Amino acid sequence: MSDYATTQTGHDPRLALPPPGAAAWSGAVGWLLRFLHQPMSRFIIKRSGYALLSLFLLSLTIFFFVRVTGDPAALLVEPGASPGDVAAIHHQFGLDRPLWVQYWLFMVSLAHGDLGQSFYYQTPVMGLYLSRLPYSIELAAAAMLFSLLIGIPAGILAAVHVGRFWDQFGKLFTLLGLSMPAFWIGLLMILLFSVYLGWLPSSGAGTPWHIIMPAFALGWYFAAAHMRLTRSSMLEVLGSEYIKLARLKGLPQTLVIAKHAFKNALIPVLTLAGINLVLMVNVAIVVEYVFAWPGIGRLLYEGIAFRDFPVVQGVVILGGAMIVLVNLVIDILYAVIDPRIRLGN
Amino acid sequence: MSTPTDVIRLPSPQPRLAAIGRIRFRDYPVIPLTILAIIAFVAIFANQLAPHNPEVGILSARFKPPFWLHGGSTEYLLGTDQLGRDVLSRLLFGARISLVVGFTAVIFAGAVGTFLGILSGYLGGWVDQVVMRITDTWLALPALTFAIFLAAIVGPSMWNIVIILGITYWTRYARVIRGEVLSLKEREFVRLAIVAGCSKRTIMRRHILPNVINSAVVLGSLMLGVVIIAEATLSFLGVGVPPPQPAWGLMLSDGKQGLMVGYWWLTVFPGIGIMLLVLSANLLGDWLRVKFDPQLRQL
Repeated sequence: MSDYATTQTGHDPRLALPPPGAAAWSGAVGWLLRFLHQPMSRFIIKRSGYALLSLFLLSLTIFFFVRVTGDPAALLVEPGASPGDVAAIHHQFGLDRPLWVQYWLFMVSLAHGDLGQSFYYQTPVMGLYLSRLPYSIELAAAAMLFSLLIGIPAGILAAVHVGRFWDQFGKLFTLLGLSMPAFWIGLLMILLFSVYLGWLPSSGAGTPWHIIMPAFALGWYFAAAHMRLTRSSMLEVLGSEYIKLARLKGLPQTLVIAKHAFKNALIPVLTLAGINLVLMVNVAIVVEYVFAWPGIGRLLYEGIAFRDFPVVQGVVILGGAMIVLVNLVIDILYAVIDPRIRLGN
Repeated sequence: MSTPTDVIRLPSPQPRLAAIGRIRFRDYPVIPLTILAIIAFVAIFANQLAPHNPEVGILSARFKPPFWLHGGSTEYLLGTDQLGRDVLSRLLFGARISLVVGFTAVIFAGAVGTFLGILSGYLGGWVDQVVMRITDTWLALPALTFAIFLAAIVGPSMWNIVIILGITYWTRYARVIRGEVLSLKEREFVRLAIVAGCSKRTIMRRHILPNVINSAVVLGSLMLGVVIIAEATLSFLGVGVPPPQPAWGLMLSDGKQGLMVGYWWLTVFPGIGIMLLVLSANLLGDWLRVKFDPQLRQL
């Protein structure tokens, strides 16, 4: 390893001595030891450990709540089942065994990607989930596109015209987005555009027309969040020295804003947007319900309505796991970009 | 004609009146406070104000429009729903449910979160590790989905919803309060208290708690809107407040059935109620945040 490489990784093997005898080890073991001594890989291992711990706690939480709040057999049998059926379910799912054995079996099937069988559809939950996921992603992408198309220009306008009309208008837009429940926005839009004007279909999926209203209803809240962040980030950048320099050079206002300020102000907004995209996939339940959009939110709703418990449990577990994993990826990417993060702690 | 004495008197009116004159209304959140006061008033006096029973309707009077439309009557000012129940009366009682659920859930979440945040921040060590790992995990779950999951397994009831929202939203308090405690415990007065021989319990209760309560209140006011929307969403999906109680979310869910036929008043009025309540809670929260706690501005 050259000196240049050691300074770049911020870790000097001459300072942190390798374990005794390490020099004698060769091949895979030596490689592994060197790998473990890299700050980056240590960061990844540590962060992945936290993510695993989070997933473990997540499964424990869900397992625990299902069993503490009542007999899971009551949730697992179809309504109106006889006591004999309940006892059979108890035996079939091992509910008569000790809790830790039950948890172990639960984890083993989870590790195999087995989330149980849906009562209503009589198919594995995993398959159902995967068949609905594309619709959710499509809706989230459309809502994200909308929220960025509105949020970023509005945020820039507000930052450039602080305290004036566009700023006030933006504040109102943000406040309304944060104060109106998404499903109410959806209902009002159906009332206006489907019932009175007859322009857009009120439910279902298939054509581009179907996605407009759900995307708007889901996206407004996020547009508000993106606008707020764009505004504050833009204000911060506009107050910085290099923008002052650009202005002193006599560059026109539009060029300063579009070329110098905008690019840097965009970084935090795009980070937030990345996290929000995953959130959108998972919080769209109420919007999907209003517009009968066949995504995973609708699947969760059907699971609740038909008392299809494996579906409900599966959707929640997969949603939580998705968010934990995306947070892990984002943290690792941050560490790749910013050495302070991987060297800190 | 004015004498010199008049001129001298003018700038010194009675001191108390001057103090009132100096209050500028734009410095205070007058509009949100007024809206909140009105909603609180109708919630408290719903029994006296409501013209009809909110839970029992007259089936012959179904789907009556508001009084200003053709077919409406002044007996049902804002019309009736699919069971002939008066929309206005249901709105008034619905305000009660939203406020009770909103405030109790926020206080419950705040109490749990503040307690764990202080414990975690002050004691540090393994307590801190355990509490923060749990907080991280719960923050990773989409709060609303988790609340829906819990509500679906424990069954609908108003107090279940309060508890569910409380255990869903405590994590944000724990995070913020822990951060405050970490800086507070390095301050002189805490060190002096340690030197004076106070027990950890006393320090946490008498010295730390009073200093973080401001942040908890500010955070609570910002959470109020979130919690009220969450309650409405749960009720709308049928896992929240059970029918026939007049929760606003439930009214919207009833209204959804009449939507395609154009019974707009069932959808518009309860939504306006939610919007006004959440809007004023958010405005008040923003004001409190700027007023009390400049550190929270970054949140």
